[in-house]
Amino acid sequence: MSEYLIKNGFVFDPTQKINGDVKDVAIQDGKIVDKVAKPKVIDAKGMTVMAGALDIHAHVAGPKVNIGRIFRPEDKLFNETPRKGMMRSEGGFSIPTTYRTGYAYARMGYTTVMEAAMPPLFARHVHEEIRDTPIIDEGAYPVFGNNWFVLEYLKNREIENTAAYIAWLLRVTRGFAVKLVNPGGTEAWGWGLNCLQVTDPVPYFDITPEEIIKGLIEANEYLGLPHSIHLHGNNLGNPGNYTTTLDTLKLAEGYKAKNNFGRDVVMHHTHIQFHSYGGTKWADFESKAKEVADYVNRQKNISIDVGFVTLDETTTMTADGPFEHHLTELNHLKWANADVELETAAGVVPYIYSPDIFVSGVQWAVGLEIALFSKDMMRCHLTTDHPNAGPFTRYPRVLKWLMSQKARDEQIKAFKASDKVVSQSQIAEIDRELTLFEVAQMTRAGPAKVLGLSHMYGGLKPGLDADVAVYDFNPEKEHKPDEIEKAFSHVKFLWKTGTPIITDGEIISHGNKRTLWVNPKVNENPQVMRDIHDKFLKFYTVTEKNYEVTGKHFIPNPFVIEVDATR
Amino acid sequence: MTKTITDVICPFCGTLCDDIEVVVSDDGKKIVEVMNACAIGYEKFHHSQATDRATRPRMQQADGSYKEVSYDEAVEYTAQMFAKSKKTLMYGWSSTNCEAQSVGHEIAEICGSVVDNTATVCHGTTLIAVQDVGIPSCTLGEIKNRADRILFWGCNPAHAHPRHMSRYSIFPRGFFTGKGQHSRKVVVVDPRPTDTSKMADYYFQVEQGRDYELLQAFRAALKHEWLPDVVAGIPKERIYEGADMLKAGRFGIIFFGMGVTQTLSKNHNIDAAIMLTKDLNEYTKFNIMPMRGHYNVTGSGEVLGWQFGFPYAVDISRGFARYNPGDTTSNDLLMRGDVDSVFVIASDPGAHFPWTSVKKISELPSVAVDPHFTPTTEICKLHVPVAFVGIEVGGNAYRMDNVPIDTRKVVDPPEGMLTDEQFLEKVLHRVKELKGVH
Amino acid sequence: MPKIQLNLITGRTIQQGVAIEGGKEKPRYREACGIIELDPSDFEKLGAWRNTNVRVTSAHGSVVVKAIDATQGPHPGLGWIPMGPWANSVVNPNTYSTGMPTFKGTPVEVEPASNEPVLLGIELVQRYCRGDKK
Repeated sequence: MSEYLIKNGFVFDPTQKINGDVKDVAIQDGKIVDKVAKPKVIDAKGMTVMAGALDIHAHVAGPKVNIGRIFRPEDKLFNETPRKGMMRSEGGFSIPTTYRTGYAYARMGYTTVMEAAMPPLFARHVHEEIRDTPIIDEGAYPVFGNNWFVLEYLKNREIENTAAYIAWLLRVTRGFAVKLVNPGGTEAWGWGLNCLQVTDPVPYFDITPEEIIKGLIEANEYLGLPHSIHLHGNNLGNPGNYTTTLDTLKLAEGYKAKNNFGRDVVMHHTHIQFHSYGGTKWADFESKAKEVADYVNRQKNISIDVGFVTLDETTTMTADGPFEHHLTELNHLKWANADVELETAAGVVPYIYSPDIFVSGVQWAVGLEIALFSKDMMRCHLTTDHPNAGPFTRYPRVLKWLMSQKARDEQIKAFKASDKVVSQSQIAEIDRELTLFEVAQMTRAGPAKVLGLSHMYGGLKPGLDADVAVYDFNPEKEHKPDEIEKAFSHVKFLWKTGTPIITDGEIISHGNKRTLWVNPKVNENPQVMRDIHDKFLKFYTVTEKNYEVTGKHFIPNPFVIEVDATR
Repeated sequence: MTKTITDVICPFCGTLCDDIEVVVSDDGKKIVEVMNACAIGYEKFHHSQATDRATRPRMQQADGSYKEVSYDEAVEYTAQMFAKSKKTLMYGWSSTNCEAQSVGHEIAEICGSVVDNTATVCHGTTLIAVQDVGIPSCTLGEIKNRADRILFWGCNPAHAHPRHMSRYSIFPRGFFTGKGQHSRKVVVVDPRPTDTSKMADYYFQVEQGRDYELLQAFRAALKHEWLPDVVAGIPKERIYEGADMLKAGRFGIIFFGMGVTQTLSKNHNIDAAIMLTKDLNEYTKFNIMPMRGHYNVTGSGEVLGWQFGFPYAVDISRGFARYNPGDTTSNDLLMRGDVDSVFVIASDPGAHFPWTSVKKISELPSVAVDPHFTPTTEICKLHVPVAFVGIEVGGNAYRMDNVPIDTRKVVDPPEGMLTDEQFLEKVLHRVKELKGVH
Repeated sequence: MPKIQLNLITGRTIQQGVAIEGGKEKPRYREACGIIELDPSDFEKLGAWRNTNVRVTSAHGSVVVKAIDATQGPHPGLGWIPMGPWANSVVNPNTYSTGMPTFKGTPVEVEPASNEPVLLGIELVQRYCRGDKK
């Protein structure tokens, strides 16, 4: 079939410890291979070659994303592009339309994106949007941390039942991993309440976030799923919340990852920037990034993604319903809320990270400090919790800040309250600049390994999927900071599963994207099935038979990862 | 021997009941009985079997009568109409599945059409208000399981969403509402004492068209601010009493409908209602939900939302989406003469638009895709009958609370009949040929 | 002949729902929607018999419908015509830049018209599209 040979490029592949060597990369029938017979040759001389990038956490498909689009017509102002050739029209800055999402990720060299939160009752909606997002492979994380079944089983420490329920839910929603958002607190939000500390009990269910997190770690390892639990911890966004974060991270101590996918961590804490704040109120708000990064450095069985603030007007959206209500009370911008029966909730509020406000400046600093204090970039991944801390289209700008102290200094000087940003953080003292090898760890090898997908993505070892990105960026030359951002904004060539998607910077194909999902097999569990029948009969407003996502119109091209968790 | 198909989804209104049971004949061709549906759903299932149904397209003749034509001829007429038009109005979408909607959107993008759905005469003004002030809302199961304060403002579910009160809002015994209706206090605001208000613990007979004042009065009453003696026909004592009663609940919901979306204050009414809900969140948990009419108008809004960024009134005449209610909405476009052809699907503007708009449709090249004979099909140049979604073909639909439910097929359509999706695919294919695009 | 001023509103009824699903070409549609519900006090002012035809006229059009007792009343001063082509012959089409015609709250004049027929739905729509006097 199709053979390609990418010659003479500077290759960065942490999985093979290749750090800028000039090497050839060969593609055949959708996979990376050792050698090819009669390939089409692409000369990548003077360019950077990496595997396609992975986004481990972005809100790109689903009901709350669409609420964002629908209630913010202003997000489309002046940025629409018309249909051209085979490319669909595009629109939106912080909440792009699905076609723009696919194209924009591909333009930056991204080939796999994980939808960060799927409310199970709305799984079909998530899958419809994933289907309408071209080029990139996607999976979605159903949320479990406020789910009535989980709360009841874990109250009674029934790990096996929890695992059986997780296996059932992953299958019927075609989900990828176990996501927790503000565990316990979002169920409390059903009554307008919250759980800010890991010891705060959930009303009626009388279980604590601590118990929920530990129980789900145990259930996840019982199943041996590809990814660890993916956790958005309690108390997001509040000054002083770093203590809650440390309490949360400590819950992973003593657990060991059990799986056949090469994953070493038992907890992935997402967008940890929002959870690394000191101070007691906004006036004395400060960065505690060092305390959090130091803990993550020591504790090898956890991983994080940062959630870098990009200093844009953006749209916040999260299953942390009570937080979004808190945010609208702070900034008085329009607020959408969506409580979901038995499962979760969501909130959406626009937000402006203005460089004129010192708090935004410190938040910007916190994100960068987390990364620059991190020792193991395989366990520290690049995200902006899109669109919460900023749109994903700003990833190249984040790279610029990470790779250039000069760029950071320029931004610090540009803050209106520059002195206060400096005094309340440590960003001005850091001279570390990330290397391309470390960037490849943060955006390719690291996320692939933590997702349990290093047998498919994240590297250029023969046998892996041929997801390859070539950037017009010569690592042996000096670069002005803005050149870094420019080069990584537009990949020169991109292959997805061996199909050329971008050639000379132009998108030429929609590819054949896949929807990844995980199907764990467990022993038959009559009790859990009875509980499921019971709750659908009594409390859900859809029937059990109408809950499961079936049909090619939702998932035209599924990629199932089977897991045998029977005993 | 008959066969009973369970978990069938009723394709009429936004309540989207999914517990219908349909008994079909052994050969799978006839619907014998329909259980659990309301009178309207029951009628829809049974009437789909009527022997006098249109089964092939019909073209209007010079003398106003209609003559049967083939689907191929219908495809050709439709594709030619699209290709030759500068700006077609593609209206309706609310009674078909999301898959068909998606195909139509691609035609619109290639031809530069305007895509509008029935929200334009229903909850469009709600969408405008949501774009101004947001919307705190929830799924219907949250009402069933938690809500103890139910407020129906400007809607009459007893007539428009007949099983709503028994499935979700008044009678069900949910997890935290074991006493059913006795767990709840029901409030109705309506200029008429309706069949819904008969179930109310508190009924406010608001002066017609004065809902805006009453909503703002409730907001003031929450904070025990001064009120005039009477607002919108309601004495202030009752307003204070009502506000206190709402605050004393533990989970409240405001359901609202055309009584506030279609009266003169339109989106300002909804703005006030949403702000009342937001204000109530300072005291207790409160949400608000529009009572969507058609069973998949919500779906049309969702698909337009993720594909183009706007929920209705999407003008793609410049190749990219533009949105401006009052400018890009169907009735305004028709009345101003801003479109040169009309494609109606899964809706009936002939019956439900003001007559001045309907007259305009009848004067233009026009196609109506609908299984029924309607005022629209009888004034358009071409009537294309199709299979009933939810009865003869499945496909995804979104409930009034945005929950997606995949409708089912229970019987085959009449021999040789196309579905909306199939007809649109053929039109899309031909349009691409005519326009020279791939 | 006596004429009364009323405030006209429109909307759904179960009978309207059943009729539209049963086929708008059928007489049942006219029975369900070619009507105006009047409060007893307004019937008295009008001086018409129950279940006789009346002409409803607004600034935007005119239509003949059958006058019946209010089924969900009392609502003195309000007239109710279920949504459909009869109501849409008289409602205010002005959207005031919101896209939404003003379907509810149209000032109308009602007078007895017992000798004039109520048209079937499709016939009504076809006639006003042709520009016929209704």
